[in-house]
Amino acid sequence: MERVALRGGRVVDPSQDVDDLYDIFIMGGRIASIKPSEEKAPVGEGWLEYDCKGLVVAPGFVDLHTHLREPGEEYKETIRTGTLAAATGGFTTILCMANTTPPNDCEALTRLIKKKAAEEGTVKVHPVGAVTRGLLGRELTDMAELKEAGCVAVSDDGRAVMNTSVMRRALEYAKGLELTLISHCEDLHLKEDGVMNEGFEATRLGLKGIPAQAESIMIAREIELCELTCSRVHIAHVSTRRGVQLIRDAKRRGVNITAEVTPHHLLLTDTQVGYDTDFKMNPPLRSREDVEALREALKDGTIDCIATDHAPHSSIEKDVEFDMAKDGVVGLETAFGVLMRLVHQGVFTLKELVGFLSTQPAGVMGLKCGSLSVGSPADIVVIDTEREWTVEPEAFRSLGRNTPFKGWTLKGKVVKTLVDGRVVHEEE
Amino acid sequence: MNGEETVAGQTMDEKAIDRALSRIAHEVVERNRGTQGLVILGIPTRGYYLAKRLKEKIDAIEGADIPAGSVDATLYRDDIGLKKEAQPLKKTEIPVPVDDRVVVLVDDVLFTGRTIRAAMNALMDFGRPTRIQLAVLVDRGHRELPIRADYVGKNIPTSVEDEVKVRLKEVDGKDEVVIVRGGE
Amino acid sequence: MRLKRKDILAIEELDRDELEMILSSAQSFKEVSERDIKKVPTLRGRTIINLFYEPSTRTRTAFEIAGKRMSADVINISASVSSVKKGETLKDTAKNLEAMRPDCIVVRHCSAGTAHMLAGLLSCSVINAGDGAHEHPTQALLDIFTIRERLGRVEGLKVLIVGDILHSRVARSNIWGLRNLGAEVTVCGPPTMIPPHIERLGCSVAYHVDDAIADADVIMMLRIQLERQRATLFPSLREYARCWGLSAERLKKAKKDVLIMHPGPVNRGVELSPEVVDGPWSVILEQVTNGVAVRMALFYLLLGDIKED
Repeated sequence: MERVALRGGRVVDPSQDVDDLYDIFIMGGRIASIKPSEEKAPVGEGWLEYDCKGLVVAPGFVDLHTHLREPGEEYKETIRTGTLAAATGGFTTILCMANTTPPNDCEALTRLIKKKAAEEGTVKVHPVGAVTRGLLGRELTDMAELKEAGCVAVSDDGRAVMNTSVMRRALEYAKGLELTLISHCEDLHLKEDGVMNEGFEATRLGLKGIPAQAESIMIAREIELCELTCSRVHIAHVSTRRGVQLIRDAKRRGVNITAEVTPHHLLLTDTQVGYDTDFKMNPPLRSREDVEALREALKDGTIDCIATDHAPHSSIEKDVEFDMAKDGVVGLETAFGVLMRLVHQGVFTLKELVGFLSTQPAGVMGLKCGSLSVGSPADIVVIDTEREWTVEPEAFRSLGRNTPFKGWTLKGKVVKTLVDGRVVHEEE
Repeated sequence: MNGEETVAGQTMDEKAIDRALSRIAHEVVERNRGTQGLVILGIPTRGYYLAKRLKEKIDAIEGADIPAGSVDATLYRDDIGLKKEAQPLKKTEIPVPVDDRVVVLVDDVLFTGRTIRAAMNALMDFGRPTRIQLAVLVDRGHRELPIRADYVGKNIPTSVEDEVKVRLKEVDGKDEVVIVRGGE
Repeated sequence: MRLKRKDILAIEELDRDELEMILSSAQSFKEVSERDIKKVPTLRGRTIINLFYEPSTRTRTAFEIAGKRMSADVINISASVSSVKKGETLKDTAKNLEAMRPDCIVVRHCSAGTAHMLAGLLSCSVINAGDGAHEHPTQALLDIFTIRERLGRVEGLKVLIVGDILHSRVARSNIWGLRNLGAEVTVCGPPTMIPPHIERLGCSVAYHVDDAIADADVIMMLRIQLERQRATLFPSLREYARCWGLSAERLKKAKKDVLIMHPGPVNRGVELSPEVVDGPWSVILEQVTNGVAVRMALFYLLLGDIKED
């Protein structure tokens, strides 16, 4: 049985409200014990010891929103490269969205993804099944079967379920199966063929805008439907102040709603878009006011967690005219470093950030991870908060190079990632 | 031309310029046996003002009103695309058709001959003069093309690096010709 | 005399000196077009490619004539986006054209930002002949040239732009240029056609033509894209013409010597009634004439100096 000790690190674990120097002992892939470093607890023969002095040890990150592109678009990403990218970024558990080709709307697809992930994957992969067959927004998928095959949630992410009646049935049906429905909130009629945030920048650039209301109208609808059906919903990638306000009010009323936000919506605004397709994603980058509201919403608990919406594309989709480029940016490998900027700026504490990335997303989906408590799986990240590095897309493990953070110098990097006690990623 | 210029000396003053133009006016009339069919075209900037002065002198001598105007050679230059900047364009104003007329081209300084070549090409695009004659205030030598002036105000020997500056009241506030020593 | 750039992509990027330089050069080139032999050898041996992804008669022809009057070799390529989608990307097309060593590529495309994209990819000069709803810089230059020629100045003039501002690259370029040169600009149209925050470009907004018409020195009418009606931006052409069209009757409220401009092609009876198109206020055909001069000036300024690197 593998035995690992992580010694002398600053253990930051929001699940136990811990932020101090501890030694962590791992046996059989689980956390066996956690003791103050000063005790210098001895270990016997056969222990692998890692010196973590000066480093932060935290629960492995959990990403509720990735696109692994396999099956169907393996030139953009595969389960192998996507999970490698996840490990590099400190993510030990990821949920992969259903919009593959063909979409993950049946048991066979889910099992294929699970099998591939078990064989070739580096981190734990939980598939998200489709809400409607073919992601077409019409007939519900066989959700019970999807769940049995391994789906932990359902979502038509990438495309809103526009038919309100279908959405109502989906929420009701998923409730019975205790499956969380993740909603991509976007009124497609209001969006039309918009390609960036509606506002002065879109006017200046002559690009068709997507109003904030295209998101907030649908968030309002989901809230109403949750109340109607007494079910629960998780709102994907909230991007607007208006959306935040609706969720905040709903939570106050006791509506069973959770929400996530992406790193890029917390750091970038539409003034940075220009015509650079690496800044094109859905929902689009919004205004400074929206960014402030999203940060505030994370701090006050309106938004529960951070998810990357890692959406790799190749140059085929991105090296084209702006309005013809596909939406999406990669995020697994940059998320932590980018978000550390906010820690260095004093927007969040490190402990808060670790919570947004691990304990809280695990809690949203009811996953048994995101904690360093005794008995938990030893999914762990070791972080050097002072390490400076520059974002070089060519060096990504992901096949996607489409990042808006290219060339950014960041301070803070994951230096070691463990899944079930095994080191799956280690920086030089 | 930063700082002070090294002036080697004034070679023509206001009077000298005026006398030279008067002489050229007489020569033009003499050679062409009057003013019949004459057009005077100056090459901007200073050649144009010299052409106007020449026209007035000839008109006074002959009691005529000969047409005068300007022909800009910029678009016909052979160094387009070789200089660091596009040269500013100047006015082309040809008052009468040049077909079957004698055109007297006027410029301030005759140097390599390249500007005159460009001006002649420009002129040819406007028609077919019976003859083109060239009048210059200063001929400083160093020709690079087989071009010769018909009327010369003054021959001034120079070194290639020197710069001959013609200043005219209409542009510079005073009339003079000076040589500025080159090589700074 | 030199532009601070290798490309002309947007009026937004040009400073006042550059605008003045282009406009004054255009004045000289206008004379060339009035000669019997309308050709100068200036750009002999230079190659200009007109790469048009949208149909165009006026703009493409003006660029072609401008290039030919300066003795450049001009090649026209008409591409359609739909056929291109199946085959080659814009980037590949541009790279292939560049491999034939043109000195300048003039590009029109339905997507905003394409001229910027090409300029970043190519070492030759790129001129934007209209990119989506973004900018149409040469149109604004010829419009401003025409205004200045007719009225002697731009500073302090009141210019009213009427029509589909939302989708208009002509409006955006003109707003930038006119504001930079000190004119006051008002945009006018149905609220569905006024883009959000347009006033941050320094113009004011009016919804009723009759309110805005009285003190305008210049009225620019924009072309209504008939196919946009389906996008429910306005109910019918009849209603559009009634509310935002310019008739002789409505013009009675305007200054007597107001200039009426239109980038063409005119929908007679929609934006402008026939008697206004053909009337004494109209400088529409002068705009077309000046379009050649402005484009000659740009070619000269971009290609008439030594290429560094």
